[in-house]
Amino acid sequence: MAEEPADTLLDIRNLRIEATVYPPGEKAHDIVIVDDVSLTLEKGRVLGLIGESGAGKSTIGLSAMGYGRGSIRLSGEVWLNGRDILKGGVRELRRLRGKEVTYVSQSAAASFNPAKRLMEQIVEAGLEHGVGTRKELEERAVRLFGELSLPDPETIGRRYPHQVSGGQLQRAMTVMALVPEPDLIIFDEPTTALDVTTQIDVLAAIKKAIRTTGVAAMYITHDLAVVAQVSDEIMVLRHGRKVERNTAENIISNPQEDYTRALVSVRSIEHEQKQPTASPVLTVRGISAAYGNKVQVLKDVSVEVHPGQTLAVVGESGSGKSTLARVITGLLPPSDGEIAFGERTLSRALEDRSKEDLRELQMIYQMADVAMNPRQTVGTIIGRPLEFYFGLRGKKKRARIQELLDEIEMGEGFIDRYPAELSGGQKQRVCIARALAAKPRLIICDEVTSALDPLVADGILKLLLRLQKAEDVAYLFITHDLATVKAIADSIAVMYQGSLVRYGPKNKVLAPPFDDYTDLLLSSVPEMEIGWLERVMANRKMESAGN
Amino acid sequence: MRLPLSALIGLVLTAGFFLMAIFAPWVAPYGMAEIVGDVWEPPSAAHLLGTDNIGRDLLSRMIYGGRTTIVIATLATVLSFSLGSFMGLTAAVIGGWVDQVMSRFVDLIMSIPTLIFALVVLSVMPVTLPVLILVMGLLDSTRVYRLSRAVAVDINVMDFVEAAKLRGEGRMWVIFREILPNALSPLVAEMGLRFIFAVLFLSTLSFLGLGVQPPASDWGGMVKENKDGIVFGIGAALWPAGAISALAISVNLVADWILNRTSDLKGGRGG
Repeated sequence: MAEEPADTLLDIRNLRIEATVYPPGEKAHDIVIVDDVSLTLEKGRVLGLIGESGAGKSTIGLSAMGYGRGSIRLSGEVWLNGRDILKGGVRELRRLRGKEVTYVSQSAAASFNPAKRLMEQIVEAGLEHGVGTRKELEERAVRLFGELSLPDPETIGRRYPHQVSGGQLQRAMTVMALVPEPDLIIFDEPTTALDVTTQIDVLAAIKKAIRTTGVAAMYITHDLAVVAQVSDEIMVLRHGRKVERNTAENIISNPQEDYTRALVSVRSIEHEQKQPTASPVLTVRGISAAYGNKVQVLKDVSVEVHPGQTLAVVGESGSGKSTLARVITGLLPPSDGEIAFGERTLSRALEDRSKEDLRELQMIYQMADVAMNPRQTVGTIIGRPLEFYFGLRGKKKRARIQELLDEIEMGEGFIDRYPAELSGGQKQRVCIARALAAKPRLIICDEVTSALDPLVADGILKLLLRLQKAEDVAYLFITHDLATVKAIADSIAVMYQGSLVRYGPKNKVLAPPFDDYTDLLLSSVPEMEIGWLERVMANRKMESAGN
Repeated sequence: MRLPLSALIGLVLTAGFFLMAIFAPWVAPYGMAEIVGDVWEPPSAAHLLGTDNIGRDLLSRMIYGGRTTIVIATLATVLSFSLGSFMGLTAAVIGGWVDQVMSRFVDLIMSIPTLIFALVVLSVMPVTLPVLILVMGLLDSTRVYRLSRAVAVDINVMDFVEAAKLRGEGRMWVIFREILPNALSPLVAEMGLRFIFAVLFLSTLSFLGLGVQPPASDWGGMVKENKDGIVFGIGAALWPAGAISALAISVNLVADWILNRTSDLKGGRGG
C-alpha cells in the first residue's frame, strides 16, 4: 500500500479474529469472531461501532490495542501511528497501551481497585510511561475533573471508588484515560450500565472531553441513539462483518442496508392507549414497605391495573419499582396498605395465598438465564405449571406445551432442549410461555427486555402486545426505559425514591405540564437525532439523582 | 467424550475392587477363616501371597476383607449422603431459626474429633456391622450437611427457585426438583472423597480393635493381625495396607475426574 495520509491515526486492514471453542459434547472447533473488517480513523475524529452482542464490536475495539481476550487469534494488520502493532512484540505493546491508546470499560465499578484512592489509579499509567511527574499528572487530572463537571475537583481524587456514585466513577475512568494524553481512546459501552439520567451526564462529559482535548476515539455501544450523539462516523457491525459505514447523519437519516434501517426504526412500535374499565384486575392501596425495620423503600403507593391493559412502572434504580413487584407477589409483606385482586383481597404473605391466587398472578424476570432451572428441559419448564395448576399429563400436556411454543413463535424442536441451548431472546420467550401456561389474569414483567439487544427486545415487546390481545391478560410492566413505556403502556406510574410522583393514563402522563422529575426522566431518553444531547443539556431544570 | 488416562486407570481399578468384593466367594481360593498352612508362610503356588499370623490363606482373607471394607464404607457413605444432603438442603430452603438450630448442632458435633467420638460410642455399644455403619454414617453426615447447605444457599436465591415458590410448589419439590439437580455435581464428587475417608476411618477403627471383629476380616484388621511379622522381615501386613491406598487412590482419580467435569455438563450452570 502507498504512503499513509498524514492524519490517519488508526488503520485496520482485513482484520480477522478467530477463536477455538470447546462446546460440551461436541468436538472443539474454530469460530470466526471478526471476519475481514477494515477501518480507518483520522486524528481527532470519533468513530462509533455499533452492533448486537456477538457482533464483534468489543473485540475490534480491543484489537486497536493489540489485545485479545482469552485465547483468540488476530490476523490482518493494525496500523497505529504508522506502524503495524500486531507485528511488534510484547514490549512494543506495553509501550503503546496506556500511553498511545487507552481504554474505558463498561463497568467502572468493577475496573477500579477498591483498595486504592482514585488519584493513585488515575496517574498510574502516566507515571509508568513517564508522561510527566506525579505533580503534573495530578494537576492535569484535577483540571479534567473540573471539565467533566465532577464535584469538588480539588479533593475528589482523594476518595476511594466506593465513595463516589456510578456515574461519577465512569467519568473518573474517562479522566484516567485522558491523563496520559493518548492519541486514541476506546470507549467500550461506557454508559450502558447507568440510569438514563446519569447516562446523559456521562455522555455530555465524554463528548466535552473529546472536543476539548482533540483525542480520537472509538465508541462502542449497542445503542444507536447514544452513539449518534458523540460520533462523527458510525460503523454498523453484524456477526463479525461490516454492514455499513457512513457519517452519523447519514446512518440516521439515510440508512442504506436493511439491518441498519431496522436498528434506526427499532423503537417505533405504535400503541394506542386503551380506556380504563370499571373494575380493575389489581388494586394496590396505600402500600408501604421496608426491608428489615429501618429502610423504608415504598411510601404510600396506590395504583390500579385494568384487565387486558398495561401499567408501566417507571423509575431509576433505587426508586422502589422492583420492590413494588415483590410486595404484590407476596415475597415481601407490606408494612401498610392493601392489595386486591379483582374482588378478593390478597393475603400479605405468599404462604397464605390460595393456589388460584398464585395461578392468576405470574411473573417474568429480567434475567431469563437464571429464571429457568438449567437442569430442566423447555418441556419441563413450561409443562410444570400445566401439571401443577390444571393436572395435565402425558400426551395432553405435550400437545399444550407445543401449542404454547407455537404461540411464542418458537415452533417444533425446542421442547427437549435445555436453556443453555437457547439464545437470549428465546430464553425470554420460554419464560413468557411458562407464565402464559398458568392462564393468568396479570403478569408482572420485571425489566424483561433490558438485558436484550434492541432488535430482540423489540420482538419480545411485539410478542407481549400480541399475546395481550389474544389472551386478554394484564401486564404490570416494570422498566427504566421510557421508550419501552411509550411502546406498550396504557397507564404509567412514575416512581422516585419510593413514592409515586406521577400516575395516570399514558397520554396524560406524557403530556405537559411535567413535574421536574418526570421532565428530567423524559428528556434523558436518547433520541435518534443529531444534536439532541446539546439541546437537552441546555434545557435542564433538575440535577440527576446520580450526581 | 474423551476419558483422561488417570480417570481410566481409576475407573478400571475401582471396578476391579468392587467386582472382587461382590464375587468374593467365587474368586477366593480358600475360605475366609480356614487354617490351611503354617504361620507366615512365604508366597508359593498354593498360597499366592503366603499365609497370615495363624496360617490362613492371605489372598483369600484379602478378598473377603475387601468385601467387608467396601460394603461397610459404601453403606456408611450412602447413609451419610442421603441424610446429610437432605438435611443440608432442607436447612437452606427453610432458613431462619430452623437453619440456625441445625447448623449450630452440626457445629457442636464437628467440634468433637470424629475418631475419639467414634471410639467412645463404639466402646459402649456392641460392635456389630449395623452399629458400625450407623456410627460412621452419622458422623460423616455432618460434613456432607455443611457442603450441601453451602451449595444450596447459593442456588436457593436464584430466580428459578423464586419462580417455583411463586407458583406455589411445596418444599419437597423445591428441594428435590429445583435445587438437588443443580447441587448434584459437587455432591457426587464429594461422595467419592467421602467414600475414601470412610475406608480409612474403618481401617483405623479395625486397627485399633473397635472395628470389624475377628474372625471376620477387613483390611485394617489384617494390618493389625500381621503387624508383628514386620519385625521378622515378613511383609504380610503390607498387602492389606497397599490395598487400602490403592483403593483410596483409584476412587480419588474417579472423583477428580467428576469434579473436573462438573463445570461443563450439558445444561450445567455456566461460570
